[in-house]
Amino acid sequence: KGHTQLRLSQMKLAVNFLTIGLVILSLPCGSYTEIPPKPPGSVTVLPPVKPAGGPQAFPDAENSNLPVFTMDYARIQVPFEVTLWVLLASFAKIGFHVYHKITFWVPESCLLISIGLIVGAIMHSVHEEPPAVLSYNVFFLFMLPPIVLESGYFMPTRPFFENVGTVLWFAVVGTLWNSIGIGMSLYAVCQIEAFEVQDINLQENMLFAAIISAVDPVAVLSVFEDVSVNEQLYIVVFGECLFNDAVTVVLYNMFIFVADMPVVEPVDVFLGVARFFVVGLGGMGFGVIFGFVASFTTRFTSNVREIEPLFIFMYSYLAYLVAELFSISSIMAIVTCALTMKYYVEENVSQRSCTTIRHVVKMLGTISETLIFFFLGVVTITTEHEWNWGYIMFTLLLALVWRGLGVLVLTQIINPFRTIPFNFKDQFILGYGGLRGAISFALVFTLPDSIGRKKLFLTTTICMIMFTVFIQGISIRPLIEFINVRRTNRNLETINVEIHSRLIEHTIAGVEDLCGQWSHYYWKDKFLKFNNRILRKILIRDNRAESSIVALYKKLELQNAMEILDTVSGDINAGSSIVSLQYVYPLSPSSSCSLSLSLYFALSLILLLSLSLACSPSLSLSLVLSLTLSCSLFCSLFCSLSLSLSLSLSVFVH
Amino acid sequence: SGSNFSTITVCRELHEMGFHVSHSQITRLYSRFTSLDKGENGTLSREDFQRIPELAINPLGDRIINAFFPEGEDQVNFRGFMRTLAHFRPIEDNEKNKDPTASEPLNSRTNKLLFAFQLYDLDRDDKISRDELLQVLRMMVGVNISDEQLGSIADRTIQEADQNGDNSISFNEFIKVLEKVDVEQKMSIRFLH
Repeated sequence: KGHTQLRLSQMKLAVNFLTIGLVILSLPCGSYTEIPPKPPGSVTVLPPVKPAGGPQAFPDAENSNLPVFTMDYARIQVPFEVTLWVLLASFAKIGFHVYHKITFWVPESCLLISIGLIVGAIMHSVHEEPPAVLSYNVFFLFMLPPIVLESGYFMPTRPFFENVGTVLWFAVVGTLWNSIGIGMSLYAVCQIEAFEVQDINLQENMLFAAIISAVDPVAVLSVFEDVSVNEQLYIVVFGECLFNDAVTVVLYNMFIFVADMPVVEPVDVFLGVARFFVVGLGGMGFGVIFGFVASFTTRFTSNVREIEPLFIFMYSYLAYLVAELFSISSIMAIVTCALTMKYYVEENVSQRSCTTIRHVVKMLGTISETLIFFFLGVVTITTEHEWNWGYIMFTLLLALVWRGLGVLVLTQIINPFRTIPFNFKDQFILGYGGLRGAISFALVFTLPDSIGRKKLFLTTTICMIMFTVFIQGISIRPLIEFINVRRTNRNLETINVEIHSRLIEHTIAGVEDLCGQWSHYYWKDKFLKFNNRILRKILIRDNRAESSIVALYKKLELQNAMEILDTVSGDINAGSSIVSLQYVYPLSPSSSCSLSLSLYFALSLILLLSLSLACSPSLSLSLVLSLTLSCSLFCSLFCSLSLSLSLSLSVFVH
Repeated sequence: SGSNFSTITVCRELHEMGFHVSHSQITRLYSRFTSLDKGENGTLSREDFQRIPELAINPLGDRIINAFFPEGEDQVNFRGFMRTLAHFRPIEDNEKNKDPTASEPLNSRTNKLLFAFQLYDLDRDDKISRDELLQVLRMMVGVNISDEQLGSIADRTIQEADQNGDNSISFNEFIKVLEKVDVEQKMSIRFLH
């Protein structure tokens, strides 16, 4: 632990110097750049505008001497700001993990939104617009794909395929039930004169209901991955939030189309159903096609190992974009692509590429998720709101009620078809875990302005998201403990478990054949035979059909060998393993913990101040702010220096 | 066919065994039994089972068939057939709170695990020896693996599970190794109506 403290303080020193550098660079910019007009539409960045007079450091341009020191902020403004925002969100993430207890009880999404709220408040007070990250294009083209790719890539395939019927049942029928139910009831609520919302007609209500009834993958995954529930429940919640995208897309497009028309014809409803099949099956079809193409490509990459990971990302992103081109479900496309691709690609690529792919997918997904929650907090403050007690409260209530009802009814219908039926505890968690998130917000944000009460919808969506993420997200862990939901231990990788599980699978398949009964084992068996005979020959370079038992055995032996090399710290760090063994540090007192916590928050504040500084037009304000932040910077520098000094002193003493 | 019991009798007997099947389920399985019974004498022999094509290519086909035949016998009647199938019934939630002094039903977790254990343990000495393990591994893994590698896998398996140092896996060690696995769900078949 003492060793960690020293490294922590070394890191802080380095980061402090880095921040000083960054801040100094951005300091003078406040006075030089003007704020260019925001372009219409919603792309985040501003084309760089040369400030009047061109890049200059010295006031007199008539002098023909060679300028020794020049600066051109406008040129780097866009990437610079993007990097600063990403860094800020990541610092916040580091800060949370200093105190383990916080992240145990409060999911990270809530913490990130809170920090975003603070930053949003600061930006609002200096009258600065945040970058439009949650606008339609930026969100759906850049922020969402990494997260969905990560969830698709790491989805446990075996339980998924065993439960695919239940997943699709809840995703499709459940979302339909929710949107129609909420839409109708909200329309009924609108008729009540006391709430003053009678101008919202049925189509607009249905549109809004379609947007907020979809369970959000980002929010759900960030809460459920820390909590352990039994495998069946996990995969149904997981799958539902990914696959309800098809329904949401169809309903959204349908109601937007219909919101302009005064009358709805039955033909449109039929077309809507047809469109659903196009969207859903089309999404899956595109995903599978791109997955196979990607696997086929990796068959030939044995001589270009360095760029092997690139193919995974390019093909999955292509699948996403092509699906967006045809307005079919892009989330389903990218998830199916990742599912299909993973199995074959991981056999074709080298070990290093495989590790790289996994790490980069995880990293991109985490960054996106962090940024999304962060900016959710920021835009909460900076958008214009319209508050209406009746509408908002009723929406919250109706969403909960309809979800609960939906889960109850749907489970009753599907339970007879399941091997292990859901008991009431499972159903409760299934209903309670229906969190809403940023997708709903992005969809509402880009509603056409012809919808009169857009601001009300925005406010209601934000309330909905805050309610579900904070209240349901925080309380779900204690609730799971309290009602004692069945758990599945997910770390089951021993060779015994693998062998005996395979034995059991073969037995069940055999007995089912004996009884003349078909279930998913039959289809699984048929697919495996097809796979071995045809698919593997085409898609895999070195087709030595390796049993899963042997693969697991090799993996476990490799892990054991790594563990023998591995000593004090978790990861094997290049070059430091010899040094770290030689010192024993005293246990760190808890005061230094709180010191580090405050230092990290100070750093975050410094970064965001420098951000607002970079954009603020007033010279005096920037002077004041620069003074304050230089002071806080030197304070934190002093603190970390003293900490590391004291630690090294104690080493000498010992 | 030549059998001289009615499905009602079988139903009652199975209920006594703790195997609660509905009438329609028994009828269905009985019709399957008779369709397999080519000799039409009310019992099945090993050849009748081996005629099922998917079972013939199942790596553990022979052992599964063996599990249906009690010790030393070559024929199995419908009662025995159902008794073996009783192991695969899913465990209902309301059965978990039953009277602990009553005999354990056939589809309890322990009995399911015993069924799986006996697929390895052909000589019924209550231990899975290295050879027995190797035989099953060879059947499941296929022909692409050398004997040495298979031997190392078997050694590792025994080393992980063996606690009393006798270089074989006893039934208790078997249960312990699989304690975190959801056996109740994996070893269950929902018998269709």
